[in-house]
Amino acid sequence: MNPNIPFRDKETALKLSNAIKNEAKEDKHYKIMEVCGTHTMAIARSGLRSMLPSNVELVSGPGCPVCVTSQGEIDLFFELIDKGVSVVSFGDLLRIPGSNGQSLMDKRAHGADVSVVYSPLDTIKLAKASPDKHYTFLGIGFETTAPTVAALIMQAKKENIENLSVLSFCKTMPKAFELILSDTSLHLDGFLCPGHVTAITGISLYDPIIASKKAAVVAGFEPVEMLDAIYEIIGQVNKGEFHTVNKYRRVVPDEGSQAARDILSTVFYDNDATWRGLGKLEKSGLGIKEEYAEYDALKRFNLVPKDITEIKGCKCGQVLTGKIKPSACGLFGKKCTPEEPVGPCMVSSEGTCAAYYKYKLGEI
Amino acid sequence: MSEKVVTLSIGGGGKQTSSFIKDIILKHFDNEIIDNLGDASYIKTGVSSAFTTDSFVVRPEFFNGGNIGKLSVCGTVNDLAVSGAKPLYLSFALVVAEGYSLDKLEQIVESAAIEAKIAGVKIVCGDTKVVERGGVDGVIINTCGVGDVVKKLNHYVNVKTGDKVIVTSDIARHGMAIMLERGQFGFNGDIKSDCACLNHMMSNIYEYNIKFSRDATRGGVAAVLNEIAEKSGKGFIIDEENIPLRQDVAELCETLGYDPLSVANEGAAVIIVSEEDAEKVLDALHKSDTGKNAKIIGSVTDDARVILNTISGGKRVVDLPPGELLPRIC
Repeated sequence: MNPNIPFRDKETALKLSNAIKNEAKEDKHYKIMEVCGTHTMAIARSGLRSMLPSNVELVSGPGCPVCVTSQGEIDLFFELIDKGVSVVSFGDLLRIPGSNGQSLMDKRAHGADVSVVYSPLDTIKLAKASPDKHYTFLGIGFETTAPTVAALIMQAKKENIENLSVLSFCKTMPKAFELILSDTSLHLDGFLCPGHVTAITGISLYDPIIASKKAAVVAGFEPVEMLDAIYEIIGQVNKGEFHTVNKYRRVVPDEGSQAARDILSTVFYDNDATWRGLGKLEKSGLGIKEEYAEYDALKRFNLVPKDITEIKGCKCGQVLTGKIKPSACGLFGKKCTPEEPVGPCMVSSEGTCAAYYKYKLGEI
Repeated sequence: MSEKVVTLSIGGGGKQTSSFIKDIILKHFDNEIIDNLGDASYIKTGVSSAFTTDSFVVRPEFFNGGNIGKLSVCGTVNDLAVSGAKPLYLSFALVVAEGYSLDKLEQIVESAAIEAKIAGVKIVCGDTKVVERGGVDGVIINTCGVGDVVKKLNHYVNVKTGDKVIVTSDIARHGMAIMLERGQFGFNGDIKSDCACLNHMMSNIYEYNIKFSRDATRGGVAAVLNEIAEKSGKGFIIDEENIPLRQDVAELCETLGYDPLSVANEGAAVIIVSEEDAEKVLDALHKSDTGKNAKIIGSVTDDARVILNTISGGKRVVDLPPGELLPRIC
């Protein structure tokens, strides 16, 4: 049986929904940030908001790796294609618009070689099958995905594959958390912490949240798990006692994965990275170490991400930091739609704007 | 001996064309109308006819549960059947690349013939064009179909609040079978396409108060319900727990981040029926093999949107799916 099914049980979900309604004090507004894009989508897909009282508000954070990729970084995908490189990508990136308005999907329709893979390691198969082409994997992801990107680089070096490289714009969460925590205007009470990221980092990632007197609860992605985590957060807020709780122990050990962290530190070093909407954050990106320089597409093709500001009116940055809901952006649903996106948030499968548009959030 | 392949001369109109038609096309589509090989075929239809066409480009051409030949018959037969017509005659036009395996081409033609026999329709005219290597990739088929109208089921105004919504089969099998067949993401599984002719099943329910029906092909059930909502001004409320879905299909969709409601079917129809007749229609559907998994999934509302009651007790909107389904990052 699918191990997730018990965590979708309607009876349990309704009990938790009622428990939340009882626990939430009527005169208080609870603002909880879900940091992970997978949570954003899971909340929308399961209709979770319809099970919460109106004074429990969920806002989305900077947890969609595609969404926080800066325009300058995105534009390099297209520069690679113009250099005749075959690009390999996760499906999520295919609809993301470059500065010229074109997406990888458009480029593919015009003859560019764009492959969609489920695992970065599939790039090795592609490179071996067509030794006359050069394949660049577009490395986008947080701590969860980055180890698989690192594994690709290690495997390529081990097998001495020469027609392969990685454009690494992988990012890490701590600095983004710092930024969010320092913004007192957000009035956050707690965080629904990203289960998959924690599986790598361990729960110590959330120490700064606890230090700033907010709740941090690691949650799975099923409705019962998310409701249980929200209940825990409200309880902590009511008591004013905060500690990290791991509610996703069926997948996430408290200490995370040392093996995955070792792989990351073998291949990557912390570099300064520009986040869409958040700007440059020190040591928040994963650059490829000198030992693996031949697999670094930035070096191999002499690429530098340009400092390009987002299109005027695009409020991705405010959406990504939970300052506004997508509907408060003047472009949302008008100039910016899944068919003609302005920002990646609208077309990434984990984007906040995509979730609000697809599921018409706030309209039920 | 090397494999026999399609050559340009098969489409050239000469001797090879003639032997291809005789040895492959007529051999399988054997009936008195096509045997005449006239420039057009003479057919008899009833007072009111339904007419449709569809082109088939599925890759790979052979997949678990069928091939492009079978699909080209089912697709057109189903368009007629869900429109309330008894399918009678089909055309069959092939566009095939030079160099394509003749054996495979014959298998495709044979599957089309077998499926036509099952459906009780005659393939009465056709055409074969061979294009130079690189002009097309593999085989493309177009079929047109003519049928006698029994009951018109394409009128949106007939959809009324309180009507029930039935899906005639478990969903998302075709899309996921093709995805597995492509082997693109390294998943294995035994998911057969639901590709099947629905005309016999549909003919069992025309006597009831069916308001509307459409087969849920590309875009799946989500697309059909949204199309009806847009045209009729009515909406739907459907229950996730009642949507028939095989567990292996559900899990594969979940892994890749697909909504099963948006995944293609080739043997599943959405039926809108009056509340009084819903159970009777369901019983009638259950009597045929293609309808044995049919379920009532929801009902028609005044709110011109598609709302899903989720399995865990939440509510959400089901929107029109995007053009191309893409797997997610994590």
